[in-house]
Amino acid sequence: MSAHDKAIVIPCSGIGKVFGSVGREATYIVVDELRPKMAETLCLSLLVVGDQETVERVRGVPCIAVDGCPKACAQKNIELAGGVSAASLRVVDTYKAHRELKPEGVTVLDESGRKLARFLAQEIASAVDRVVAGR
Amino acid sequence: MPDIPRKKVGIVSCSGEEIPEGTISRIATRLVLEKLRPEDTVTICLPLFLAGGQEERAFARFYPTIAVDGCPKLCAKHGTERYSGQVTDVIVVSELLNGQEIKPGWRRSLDGRGMRLAEQVAEVIASRVDGILKATYEEVKPDLIPVTIQDKAPSPGQRRSIAGVRPRGYR
Repeated sequence: MSAHDKAIVIPCSGIGKVFGSVGREATYIVVDELRPKMAETLCLSLLVVGDQETVERVRGVPCIAVDGCPKACAQKNIELAGGVSAASLRVVDTYKAHRELKPEGVTVLDESGRKLARFLAQEIASAVDRVVAGR
Repeated sequence: MPDIPRKKVGIVSCSGEEIPEGTISRIATRLVLEKLRPEDTVTICLPLFLAGGQEERAFARFYPTIAVDGCPKLCAKHGTERYSGQVTDVIVVSELLNGQEIKPGWRRSLDGRGMRLAEQVAEVIASRVDGILKATYEEVKPDLIPVTIQDKAPSPGQRRSIAGVRPRGYR
């Protein structure tokens, strides 16, 4: 894999499940705090409707999918748009490693959810580092 | 006495990760689902229309649906109509909150004022839900209003409900 300047982190933002909110929060932690110069995000909905500008963005930059449920909407929509899913993370995998942090509150994440998002964000940031370095 | 499932309105929100109005759309939708009209509403993740199967794509054909969009690109409306069915109503948060100061930081989380705006949007969604329920199940299709089936025989002059629907005028 060749090196890139940036990666696009795309969470599923699943509105029906708390893991969707965790993935969304983790994405913001990465693009706002941990890797602001190396990572950005975009509206997954724009990919769903095939917005041309957004489709071109995902085709030109490696993407990292962050999914809240097994339906893997983020990963599938990246691939359906012709993008490269350079890494795919699932919130449930992070939760399995931190079962003491059972998140609640889809509308507003509780403290456990925010802590879980921090752990997930570290994993996303590591993926960003690998993708940008071309490894 | 068995209960027939209540008729519901579907709400599809854009995800809007890039803009504060997307977060307001999402939270307003959740407020309706959780607090304002929990018995009357259902939702689905917009990306599921593409990633899911026929069951997910039947959503807007099964429920009268409100699209809640953060910006004029109308992803929720267009995505729903392309993959599922016509929406009944559209709410565009950027237009609804036109003139209000929208903070860029609300993209990630809402402060007190942002949450109050989300609550206002939620109230608008809830009122549209009420209107759709009334129009869909009482005015447009008066013969298809769900009721609880009663075991007892109808009183004189009263028509019996059939298969979970009640005739016009049945109270």
